[in-house]
Amino acid sequence: MDHNVNQESINVQELIQQKSMSQKVSHKIGKMIPSILFLFAAVSILTTVGIIYTLLSEAIEFFKIVPIWEFFSSTTLKPLSQNPEFGILPLINGTIISSIIAILVAGPVGLMAAVYLSEYASDRVRRLLKPTLEVLAGIPTVVYGFFAFTFVTPIIRSVWPDVEATNILSPGIVMGIMIIPMIASLSEDALTSVPNTIREGALSLGATKLETTFKVVIPAALSGVIASFVLAISRAIGETMIVTIASGSSKNFTFDITESMQTMTAYIVEVSSGDAAAGTPIYYSIYAVAIALFVMTFVMNLLARAISRRFREEY
Amino acid sequence: MTQTIAKKNESVKHLPRLTTVSNDRLSKQKVVYQVEGFNLWYDETHALKDIELSVYDREITAIIGPSGCGKSTFLKSLNRMVELIPSVKTSGDISYQGNRILDKHFKVEQLRTKVGMVFQKPNPFPKSIYENIAYGPKIHGIKNKKILNQIVERSLRDAYLWDEVKDRLNENAYGLSGGQQQRLCIARALAIEPEVILMDEPTSALDPVSTSKIEELIQELKSKYSIVIVTHNMQQAARISDRTAFFLNGEIIEFDLTESLFSNPSDQRTEDYITGRFG
Ligand SMILES: Nc1ncnc2c1ncn2[C@@H]1O[C@H](COP(=O)(O)OP(=O)(O)O)[C@@H](O)[C@H]1O
Ligand SMILES: [Mg+2]
Repeated sequence: MDHNVNQESINVQELIQQKSMSQKVSHKIGKMIPSILFLFAAVSILTTVGIIYTLLSEAIEFFKIVPIWEFFSSTTLKPLSQNPEFGILPLINGTIISSIIAILVAGPVGLMAAVYLSEYASDRVRRLLKPTLEVLAGIPTVVYGFFAFTFVTPIIRSVWPDVEATNILSPGIVMGIMIIPMIASLSEDALTSVPNTIREGALSLGATKLETTFKVVIPAALSGVIASFVLAISRAIGETMIVTIASGSSKNFTFDITESMQTMTAYIVEVSSGDAAAGTPIYYSIYAVAIALFVMTFVMNLLARAISRRFREEY
Repeated sequence: MTQTIAKKNESVKHLPRLTTVSNDRLSKQKVVYQVEGFNLWYDETHALKDIELSVYDREITAIIGPSGCGKSTFLKSLNRMVELIPSVKTSGDISYQGNRILDKHFKVEQLRTKVGMVFQKPNPFPKSIYENIAYGPKIHGIKNKKILNQIVERSLRDAYLWDEVKDRLNENAYGLSGGQQQRLCIARALAIEPEVILMDEPTSALDPVSTSKIEELIQELKSKYSIVIVTHNMQQAARISDRTAFFLNGEIIEFDLTESLFSNPSDQRTEDYITGRFG
């Protein structure tokens, strides 16, 4: 401090008073900050509301042409025929089947990868593997699509010749590969959050490491594991490129996984990249399909949240 | 053992008494654990130095000493839980019922089936009260529902918890109070009928009422089990144990009958510790 200043001339309270005068303005701004932040938060909510509004208003036009009941119950989808028929069931069927194949691949593999990372891997291996998994999660889906079409499908066909050149099996498997990192990473978080004292409790009773992992740690982390599965399924439902490229555009209602099927997303891509004139039933139909898709993924996400909240363990 | 000159008179005074008591009790006692020249390192930290100690059948052996002196490390060596820390290295010998448990080929699961453990903080599984108790028997192959029901009831009765939980066996164990959770963990250990129970400061996280309940329980259990209990509460050791080992900086300074150790410590450092001059 400058020792030339006369000690007695310093009055701290006075200085604070002066300061607080100049702070009046910034105080006002400070008061406004919550409102400003609220605006930013509101933007994302408004966008969502806007999307839903657009979808709904166009879908309502569609349901003026095609009765809503027919749309959701018919297994025939012939949008381009002379007498077009719009039943969404073939698309829902394709979506569900491809998602089931994906989760059958990704569930076990992802969970085992998570178990390995959290229970068995040394710190060094973990530090190496986790970023690798995250790289896998960053690959553009169009690359996965080509991988399915040009690599996986030929391999499947060489061992199972009945499989068609475009089929739902191959993109289902590749979607599974795509969501493995998501399941592995989220499940690993759930497993590592199980405290060590619980593992020690099991081991001290004479349980082997395997028994401890499968009978105590995984059950304790079950809510997180299931939530990761549900989120991954929801991701598979919304996945577009892989099925568009590798599953073709057959609109058959079938349960034969060797055949081509179309998913809801792939249908939207096909129609919107074709030259459907605005105002035609086929143009409006993609909004109706989009609404159904939106509801499906929305419900899955709600489900994931409900599961992880309902079964949350307080350690 | 180190003998302090200043204490010479007293040591001489207490010697005859020690031998009479020893004749009474030592001769009858079967040795459960024999620890000889045991050393343990965490990387470079020499945490246990030349430990010599015997645990006798159906006795309560207390381990006391200031924080960080190696009590927990020693206790966890007795069921080899200490190996969960990768940096641990050991030398010397620990035998349990005549078997050298540090041998590479010794099966730790077998040891831990015979030697139960209760931890400092209650650590029930996030499962129902029933499942917490049934877990041990189940992993050891007991599937019969009727037998399991019996085991659950008996273990809970032995841990004096039955009356408090008998109507809520299917509720999550996390709904119990801290003291109840700790008694549940004791019941969980009892369910597989071990021979020894290791306890690491089992009451340090509990209120006085729960603490005295658990102290009573421990004394009850002595008729069936050998117990090794770590405590930094000297009164607790004096109240409940038959023998006490005083640890300091990874060494055993004194190991004796509890009465003798507290009334006539043979080492100055023991005396300083039990009279509260440090720790
Ligand atoms: N996991 C560990 N890694 C490294 N050092 C440890 C570890 N656990 C304990 N130690 C060291 O070993 C010594 C004894 O610790 P501990 O057995 O926990 O003591 P106490 O139970 O008597 O308080 C301490 O010096 C502590 O720092
Ligand atoms: Mg300790």
